[in-house]
Amino acid sequence: MSAALLSAIGEASAETATYWEATAAGVLMLRWCKACGQPHHYPRTLCPFCFGETEWRESTGHGEIYSFSIQRRVSQEYAIAYVMLEEGVAILTRIVDCRLEDVQIGQKVVVAFQPTVDGKMVPVFRPT
Amino acid sequence: MAHEHAYVAGAFEHPLRLAPDKSVAQLHAEVAKGALEDAGLSLHDVDGYFCAGDAPGLGPLSMADYMGIRPRHVDSTETGGSSYLIHLAHAAQAIAAGTCNIALITLAGRPRSEGSIATTPRTWNVGTPESPFEVPFGANSANLYAMCAKRHMHEFGTTPEQLAWVKVAASHHAKHNPFAMLPRVVTVEDVLNSPLVADPLHRLDCCVVSDGGGALIVTKRDIAKSLARPLVRLIGAGEAIAGQEGGRIDITRTAAAKSGAAAFEQAGVRPSDIDYASIYDSFTITVILQLEDLGFCEKGKGGSFVADGNLIAGIGKLPVNTDGGGLCNNHPANRGGITKAIEAVRQLRGEAHPAVQVRDCRLALAQGTGGYLGTRHGSATVIFERES
Repeated sequence: MSAALLSAIGEASAETATYWEATAAGVLMLRWCKACGQPHHYPRTLCPFCFGETEWRESTGHGEIYSFSIQRRVSQEYAIAYVMLEEGVAILTRIVDCRLEDVQIGQKVVVAFQPTVDGKMVPVFRPT
Repeated sequence: MAHEHAYVAGAFEHPLRLAPDKSVAQLHAEVAKGALEDAGLSLHDVDGYFCAGDAPGLGPLSMADYMGIRPRHVDSTETGGSSYLIHLAHAAQAIAAGTCNIALITLAGRPRSEGSIATTPRTWNVGTPESPFEVPFGANSANLYAMCAKRHMHEFGTTPEQLAWVKVAASHHAKHNPFAMLPRVVTVEDVLNSPLVADPLHRLDCCVVSDGGGALIVTKRDIAKSLARPLVRLIGAGEAIAGQEGGRIDITRTAAAKSGAAAFEQAGVRPSDIDYASIYDSFTITVILQLEDLGFCEKGKGGSFVADGNLIAGIGKLPVNTDGGGLCNNHPANRGGITKAIEAVRQLRGEAHPAVQVRDCRLALAQGTGGYLGTRHGSATVIFERES
């Protein structure tokens, strides 16, 4: 199936420029804290758990569906979801490349990338 | 509030649900006038003013100037639909601190006239840090609350039928409210047969989109006693916010657990003592999550708690939203928090519709949620007592 168009991101900040450069190259990055050693998402320069300095690390891109909903009554239905990544952080996303009726909580998924209307690549997930 | 309680002396809900010919500022002024008249006070008595993001202009500056209020205390705390119940608590604190004596809180808006649609993702100010990570995926109020419902069903076995009971109860109350936007009684089947908006939420699981507003007057005891209205005092309040915790989410739990615990502790009462509860009902699932987190039932048992008419006045154990709530009556400015306090005040005064009036209503709770369960939200709990 074709994916519903992803709406514009707008101007990305310098703080997250590396994230968007990575998604354009087909890589999902997470921020990890150099002080407490914990990952988080969405990415911040200062760790939201301890205010330590953070660094980019590549995510495995694997996870499972934590929750989802099929958006109805729009021109093209889509599955919005939270995917719990293997690293233990949730990412708001869409589930793609499957029948919407087949999406389930607990389903194993892997990251893929799709363009927004303003030409950025964003991480979506498909069943493995 | 350690020494003296604050009192709600005036409460007013705008009668309109569609107001294409009124400005938002005008609606604020009309509800302010209504609440002052209800209290028996006048514009010039107001020395504290509270408003949130629905007020046009710069915080309280534009509205105070428009209405002709000369406040010595202002507060524009903004936590979405929970703002106005937080304002109640802040007004009580300001009165206790002596920075104002008569506080006015207003909410008004016209989303219905302006064509607001729940499935349209909201856009935020440039620089809102989470936006690039949420907006592109089509996150909106309906599908975010739907994800909470889906997860709650997964973890606790909650059913669409149980969600529907929240709407059914609201409709049984709304039929007695001549101002309610949706006064028709509906059944569980009606809810389940209405179109899905975002699985598992149907159209009838969603609140109305209405124009209008409401206002409250909060004051100190000696002023409240000098007025001709029944005495309703604020005996407990709590506020809390919650977010994504850096990705360690649990979207089946809300900040009501914290705001409720704080309010109950301050009031010195328990959930089982509450005679009437106004529970924010942007969606049916919103009510179930808050009832659990406030302690009206065990976590995960909210579905069975609301089933079989348990929220219907005269039938169930806990009468909830006897005005018809956001689901059937009114959700002005897409954030109807103030209506929760207004109906609680009506109940404590004995001024609810006779068909839904709780007999000898002494303790009432009002609970507001603002923003989005599922991403980040505010929660406010207030407990009122009728003073005999």
